[in-house]
Amino acid sequence: MPQLSFRGGIHPLQKTHHGKGLTNQLPIREAEAPKLVAIPLVQHIGAPCAPCVSAGDSVYMGQKIGQVRGYVSAPVHASVSGKVVAVEPRLVAGGATPLCVVIENDFQDRWDPSIAPMDPALLDREALLSRVLEGGIVGMGGATFPAHVKLSPPKDKKIDFLLLNGAECEPYLSADHRVMLERAQGVLQGVAILQRILNASRCIIGVEANKKDAFQALEQAAQGSGVELKLMKVKYPQGSEKQLVQALTGRQVPSGKLPMDAGCVVVNVSSAYAVYEAVALGRPLISRVVSVTGEGVNQPANLQVRIGDSVASLLRQCGGLKEDVERLVSGGPMMGIALLQEDVPVTKGMSGILALRKAQLGPREQTACIRCGRCLSGCPIHLMPFELCNDCERNDWAAAEKHGALDCIECGSCTYVCPAKREITSSIRIAKRQIMAARKK
Amino acid sequence: MSSFSVSLSPHVRDSASTRRIMLQVCLALLPALAFGVWAFGLYALLVVALSVASAVGTEALVQRCLKRPITISDGSAAVTGLLLGLTLPPEAPWYVPVFGAVFAIFIAKQVFGGLGDNFVNPALAGRAFLLACWPVEMTSYPNPFAVDALTSATPLADAGFAQSAAALQNAYLGLVPGTIGETCKLALLLGAAYLLLRRVIDWRIPVAYLGSLALLSWAFGENGLLAIGLGGAILGAFFMATDYVTSPITPWGKLVYGVGCGLITFAIRTWGAYPEGVTYAILLMNVAAPLIDRGFRPRKYGEVKEHA
Repeated sequence: MPQLSFRGGIHPLQKTHHGKGLTNQLPIREAEAPKLVAIPLVQHIGAPCAPCVSAGDSVYMGQKIGQVRGYVSAPVHASVSGKVVAVEPRLVAGGATPLCVVIENDFQDRWDPSIAPMDPALLDREALLSRVLEGGIVGMGGATFPAHVKLSPPKDKKIDFLLLNGAECEPYLSADHRVMLERAQGVLQGVAILQRILNASRCIIGVEANKKDAFQALEQAAQGSGVELKLMKVKYPQGSEKQLVQALTGRQVPSGKLPMDAGCVVVNVSSAYAVYEAVALGRPLISRVVSVTGEGVNQPANLQVRIGDSVASLLRQCGGLKEDVERLVSGGPMMGIALLQEDVPVTKGMSGILALRKAQLGPREQTACIRCGRCLSGCPIHLMPFELCNDCERNDWAAAEKHGALDCIECGSCTYVCPAKREITSSIRIAKRQIMAARKK
Repeated sequence: MSSFSVSLSPHVRDSASTRRIMLQVCLALLPALAFGVWAFGLYALLVVALSVASAVGTEALVQRCLKRPITISDGSAAVTGLLLGLTLPPEAPWYVPVFGAVFAIFIAKQVFGGLGDNFVNPALAGRAFLLACWPVEMTSYPNPFAVDALTSATPLADAGFAQSAAALQNAYLGLVPGTIGETCKLALLLGAAYLLLRRVIDWRIPVAYLGSLALLSWAFGENGLLAIGLGGAILGAFFMATDYVTSPITPWGKLVYGVGCGLITFAIRTWGAYPEGVTYAILLMNVAAPLIDRGFRPRKYGEVKEHA
């Protein structure tokens, strides 16, 4: 089968096969039920939720504890049954301190009695969409965009393609891989629901070629459904929305626009599984698979984790960290967020916890740019990253804008390959912020 | 509670570094150097060593005097010294490599701001300077493996050579007079293959350069393979014209630049006053490189119309 791809991109950590081998053969394991969960009221892009419980309340598992405020938002649910002990600001990955609902687990796992399974076939489009919204589903690949918004494109946008993102191109991570492999039926049922909501003429699942077992599992589950399966080249950032659209449809998302402007909606495979649970089983998104991995973890694993459980507890269940862990990351090594400490809650978008030792971080000694061109050939947007970096060093934001800074997807490819070890991506991030700030004035 | 270092993503870096790239270039030049020493004797090694030492020494001295950070450990000065040394005649007097390297590093590189800011290839600038100062010393070449000290001009200046039957074979094996590093094309191609395989250099510049030179020579009734097999074309195309700092960075720009090098080399060889044109061809195209890049910017992702 031919492998589809996009132009540009890199092969990070090729010598260790992208670090995937640490966890990609390990079945998903249920994590221990946490004593305490701290569930942030904002785990998505958009407006934070308003708490609808207060300290002292008892809650069911799956009960809504955060109500949406605004259209671009997603509700939050209790991931355990028990007693709310506090609604207070807490530190989360990324350094913010949003309001969190802290619940003491009674270990009864009493589901909210209003939760009931339903046959999706009996529901119309509006009802399906409302169950997705009530399920609190967001993009689980890390972008955390509310799913119901993505699934409600304006009437004038014709959606030709529903694309399922099974690339998981970030090194080390294997959460999506295991979900596709072990829960192929559920993923496909989710896809069928998404397909009915969007009414796209074609539906394609794209899987990177280093997950052939997952590909076969999905292929088997998809038989007779009309859903197409495509293998994609192992290349970073294959799972970036724009690159996935290009690989699977040959189209490009217009500059500054969304996939729907190219007639596409892209949904992560784990999100599709969550859609199945929310619509068919009525169960909101209260747990997810997290790859706890990296050379700094004693016993890497793929864990099914309750939202709000602490990263520290996951690490403890994986045999703890090695002595010399230099960096702890939420997500993958290319686009993940560095954690200052391990006492932060797991959120809906947290696909992995990665512990890296100094040796894995790679050399950092900076030299002058030698114009080797590696950033240019690696850039999936076909920018000239070294030039943007120079613009930023001169604080010339107008030049950076002209050179396409706002098109940068911050995938980190340029910084990864740079032999001069220049902080190109970070410079462009600063430029983007400066340009946007200037526009607002 | 442990605390970890934090920074923005990406959190990992490729193992490639500027120093490693420079080391790889040096490694790729070793076969040619070894052949040169074997063919011309130990004095040739001394010439190259003087060139490398002067280049590195000049870089350190100038940076010290200008109170800049000393960056000789990045290996770029050593590469310049090595490349310059390989383009010198095997019997060049000691002051030739020394002054050439000083000029290359001080005038062509550090005056313009050091690594990354120089606009012409320092080694070639040094060589051009030497050609102007010591034209005789720079153009008398001993025969390889010669016991006596017979010197001659480059075979490019010898109209009879091209007609001889063994010319092609001798040119590629290195049995013709020439500079220390340019004579044995097989040794150079070995190094070039290594650089291509390790993706240190891109194929576009050398292929466009040598391809256009061969094609033009063939069109003018010469043997194309011999045209690229003589003189410094192969050394220049793979090791000098591909210098990152002074060549275009855009894919199409590289092709245009390579063709430009081929055209000028052919023009100088055919109609110019010099028998060899590689040095000046690359230097001229170095100057044009920024302009070429401006004309061939890649088209960025997403410059398309919306699907209605």
